[in-house]
Amino acid sequence: MTVDWSWHAVAEAFPLLLRGLVVTLEITVLAALLSYVLGLVFAVIRMSRIPVLSQLTFLFIEAVRSTPLLVQVFMFYYVLQSQTGILLSAFLSGVIVIGVHYACYTSEVYRAGIEAVPKGQWEAATALNLPRGRVWTSVILPQAVPRVLPALGNYTIAMFKETPLLLGIGVLEMLNRAKEYGAETFRVLEAYTLAGVFFLVISYIASVMVRRLESRVGTL
Amino acid sequence: MSANFGLIVSRILEGLPTTVWATLGGIALTIVLSFAAGLGMLSRLAVVRWVSRFYVEIFRGTSEVVQLFWIFFALPLLVGFQLVPLFAGIVVLGLNHGAYGGEIVRGAVQSVPRAQHEGAIALNLSAANRMVRVILPQAVVEMIPPFNNLFIQLLKSSALLVFISAGEMTEISEQLRPTLGPDLVLVYTVVLVFYLLLAIVITVVMRQLERVGARRLGRVPRERRRVLSRGHAPDSAGGL
Repeated sequence: MTVDWSWHAVAEAFPLLLRGLVVTLEITVLAALLSYVLGLVFAVIRMSRIPVLSQLTFLFIEAVRSTPLLVQVFMFYYVLQSQTGILLSAFLSGVIVIGVHYACYTSEVYRAGIEAVPKGQWEAATALNLPRGRVWTSVILPQAVPRVLPALGNYTIAMFKETPLLLGIGVLEMLNRAKEYGAETFRVLEAYTLAGVFFLVISYIASVMVRRLESRVGTL
Repeated sequence: MSANFGLIVSRILEGLPTTVWATLGGIALTIVLSFAAGLGMLSRLAVVRWVSRFYVEIFRGTSEVVQLFWIFFALPLLVGFQLVPLFAGIVVLGLNHGAYGGEIVRGAVQSVPRAQHEGAIALNLSAANRMVRVILPQAVVEMIPPFNNLFIQLLKSSALLVFISAGEMTEISEQLRPTLGPDLVLVYTVVLVFYLLLAIVITVVMRQLERVGARRLGRVPRERRRVLSRGHAPDSAGGL
């Protein structure tokens, strides 16, 4: 069996995929930022034991975590488009849905980090008569957040690897570029393999960075 | 309630068997590959360690959607035939989650106290007997909660099979989209509820297995927890 592999096609697809990669990275960064902020909000709401709101947040988190991201993407994009008349680009819809989906995971990370802050810190802050908001922003979170950074990094890599499913709503990210190139030239093997290599290289570099962060967390 | 509710539910139900088969097949392959890769990474033979590590890193490092496209669309050019969509889906779900499961198996086996190894050696058990009769029964109980999370991830990933037209629930909802415009919220809600129910079934089964396993080890089974709160496993979802 001879493998019909063309390096010419690889060279041709390379700049195209690179353009897609930029979009993929943009989505990853924006979705990640959204998940960092929203995850913290979810975690604080859940832990503040605000009646009704805390329970609703819990149910929302569990429902989102137990159902497929792809269906959530379809639902958000098409329902918003057809029923409310709000026209949100596929790119932005993807960012929002991935960000909210992963916020439900990062909120658990934050929760674990906050619970790891010794009880004495709460008691001391109460003894100092600090207002509730100040306790969170000046005492608890500065201690909790550095510990959770590696876990947030791992979820960011996970988000990076989820972005290709946005081709389902037509976002021109890397895999979609590869698909496009394959459809034009029938060089599917080269295009998809190259896309895989890109993912592998970037997530490998990112995971090395996360591991470094992990070893430094004690000193933060 | 919309007049189309019955129609929507019956149509989505048509896709349910495919989702269930893809998930069950994927879980079966995941279990096999997890143990092969997990024990392989602990092997004394450098070649076996290296091959297992290579498999785990490749499938955790690339995106699952890319793997699906590669196996369904690119592989046929290499081997000359295309896999049936459902089968290709099971292969990808199994290969991808088996790589994550490999780390679960490796971690659980390593977490068994050293004294258990030493005790088994002192009893003159063969290497295979040590693993099968002493180490694994203890390690397996530790693996069940992370495998629960992994299997739910797998169930969620089965929705990706829409891209290769395997005919599962998500694809049915996509088929309904053009005709049921005004009831779109209902269509997706029904699909999401089905996924949620399947996830709860997985959790209930795994909890039961955990209780049985703990009891057989003479440990006190953990108290019943709410089905929904699973706790989190940051490394089951991301990272190399």
